[in-house]
Amino acid sequence: MLHNSFHFALTVGRTATPEAVQFWILAPLAVIAALGILVVKKAVHSALLMAWVMVTLAIFYIAEDALFLGIVQIVVYTGAVMMLFLFILMLVGVDSSESFVENLKGQRIPSVLAAIGLGGLMVSLLGRATISAPAVGLKDANSSGNVQGLAKLLFTQYVWAFEVVSALLITAALGAMVLAHSQKIRSPFAQRDLSIARFRKDSMAEAAGLPAPGVYARHNAVDVPALLPDGSPAPTSVSQTLRSRGDIITSSGFALESIEEQED
Amino acid sequence: MSTADLLGQDPGWIILVKGLLIFVFCVVCTLMAVWGERRIVARMQMRLGPNRVGKFGLLQALADGVKLALKEDLIPAAADKVVFIIAPIISATTCFMAFAVIPFTGTVTLFGHKTAMQLTDLPVSVLYILAIASIGVYGIVLAGWSSGSTYPLLGGLRSSAQVISYEVAMGLSLVAVFIYSGSMSTSEIVAAQHQWWFSVILFPSFVIYVISMVGETNRAPFDLAEAEGELVGGFHTEYSSLKFALFFLAEYVNIVAVSSLATTLFMGGYHALPGLTFTESWLGGWFTLFWFVAKVVSFFFLFVWLRGTLPRLRYDQFMKFGWKVLIPTSLVWILVLATLRVMSQRAVSRPLVIGFSIGVVLLVMLATTLYDRSVDKAKAANVLPDLPAPRFPVPALPGETTTHVIKEIEAEVEMENHNG
Repeated sequence: MLHNSFHFALTVGRTATPEAVQFWILAPLAVIAALGILVVKKAVHSALLMAWVMVTLAIFYIAEDALFLGIVQIVVYTGAVMMLFLFILMLVGVDSSESFVENLKGQRIPSVLAAIGLGGLMVSLLGRATISAPAVGLKDANSSGNVQGLAKLLFTQYVWAFEVVSALLITAALGAMVLAHSQKIRSPFAQRDLSIARFRKDSMAEAAGLPAPGVYARHNAVDVPALLPDGSPAPTSVSQTLRSRGDIITSSGFALESIEEQED
Repeated sequence: MSTADLLGQDPGWIILVKGLLIFVFCVVCTLMAVWGERRIVARMQMRLGPNRVGKFGLLQALADGVKLALKEDLIPAAADKVVFIIAPIISATTCFMAFAVIPFTGTVTLFGHKTAMQLTDLPVSVLYILAIASIGVYGIVLAGWSSGSTYPLLGGLRSSAQVISYEVAMGLSLVAVFIYSGSMSTSEIVAAQHQWWFSVILFPSFVIYVISMVGETNRAPFDLAEAEGELVGGFHTEYSSLKFALFFLAEYVNIVAVSSLATTLFMGGYHALPGLTFTESWLGGWFTLFWFVAKVVSFFFLFVWLRGTLPRLRYDQFMKFGWKVLIPTSLVWILVLATLRVMSQRAVSRPLVIGFSIGVVLLVMLATTLYDRSVDKAKAANVLPDLPAPRFPVPALPGETTTHVIKEIEAEVEMENHNG
């Protein structure tokens, strides 16, 4: 992110006015968003700011006559990669707060130093490549159209690299699928199998499903067994989990004492 | 002069006017679409539909909009407030952006200025629409997540998974158009169709696009993301008032957008129906707008028709269909098409082209036969084992005669005869 703003800041002096206006509006927003990625607390907010940075970068690319790159940046990075990140954040770590315990002892100082070193390296390298070295060849590269020029390069000069990268990506995707795949010992019982199994049993008592819990008109909680016509509780009406946990309330308390009593 | 050059000469105020016109077009389309959908579905279900507000109930959608805007705007306590507000804004803005590159008419005169009714044209217009659509997904995902509730989260994840999967199939179906027209710019694609529409030449791509556009817009029969019976409305369960209205607007503008794209890429865009090309110069070229709108409306009717007739798919069937049927089919089709294209460019002899085509057809037939056999085999292996019949009485299977029942009836009949 940083190196891009840097690059643009250097070239802004010689760009046309609309582009400069666009740059001075979007670049500060992009930088603020980029800093926000580090500062905000929730991971989803970071991901969103990241997406915003990617979109602004794409707009910069488009302004720099790299139309195809800009659009593909949005389709691939914002649309696909960032979306996968969001999926995972939402499903796994929705509210997980960051822990500040150092798992690797004494790694803080070296890592900060390494980060500063890497940043310095990037700034100095890109600076040397861009300061006092005006961009050349954009006109030639885009002479037969931006897309056509890219396509020609990709499918002639760099076709080998292109194919190797695509093979690598496909291998990675297949590898991830193979690692995540678990072989089932048998196929799970579907609704149809369960239904057939119920009717193949010796007793028809459960053919239409187990009785629902609760005593009609008196109590309908899931932990109260239903009463059978003879007044005895039906244990199968309570979920297996609750039964094995012993969380069953006796339903006799909700049963009517006797028919005579009601007739009074 | 190409359309792109023509558009490049537009002064700023023309661009503003066009932007405004496109916005108005989308909003009016939405209002009419809501009314039209309710009336058409009502017809299909032998009802009348809304017919009270305005002539034929035409103002029903407007009245609903006003009612929606006046409702209380609730933000759940568990919601992530900022994201909760941003999500509908993302949804509603991105759906309008796709219209920037849709050509509505051919060359026309707008306030004395020669131009085309198209806001802008890029060499990568169609990719731009895909990019905008992929940003639009954020609206759905964020709405689901920020609501701080389970059903919206599930609905949001479902619909974004759906949109992303069907975007792949959609993108692949567009590749054939790119190959054939040699361009990704909408105006050039329309120009390339002045003789033959791509829906005829590239029929398989057209079918795949139409299926995936229904999947992409989360409409019936692919509306499992907001399946009312299962998810209480999906990602927008917690939304009310204007924020809900924005999602509602986005859904319908999206339908119009994918219909416009289908018109542009496959149905010849603003060109007239074959044989009626002379109408294109009527009203100084403005009559082409009629053809464009007519095609978009017929696609919209298709959407409503599907909703009125087809039951909702199950989620796994839907995903299986997208990934295991649509995507491989389009890949094979692109392969065949690209080969044919190279053959025609290299001027390969006709017998070779015909031989290749026949070979492809034979291969497809062989593959489908083998597939059918494996399905039959799997079915044969899945037959129930021969278990002893249960001891309790069961109803007779269809076509099975249970003799003792017939005997009883015979006895009854005989008894009646005897008495009579």
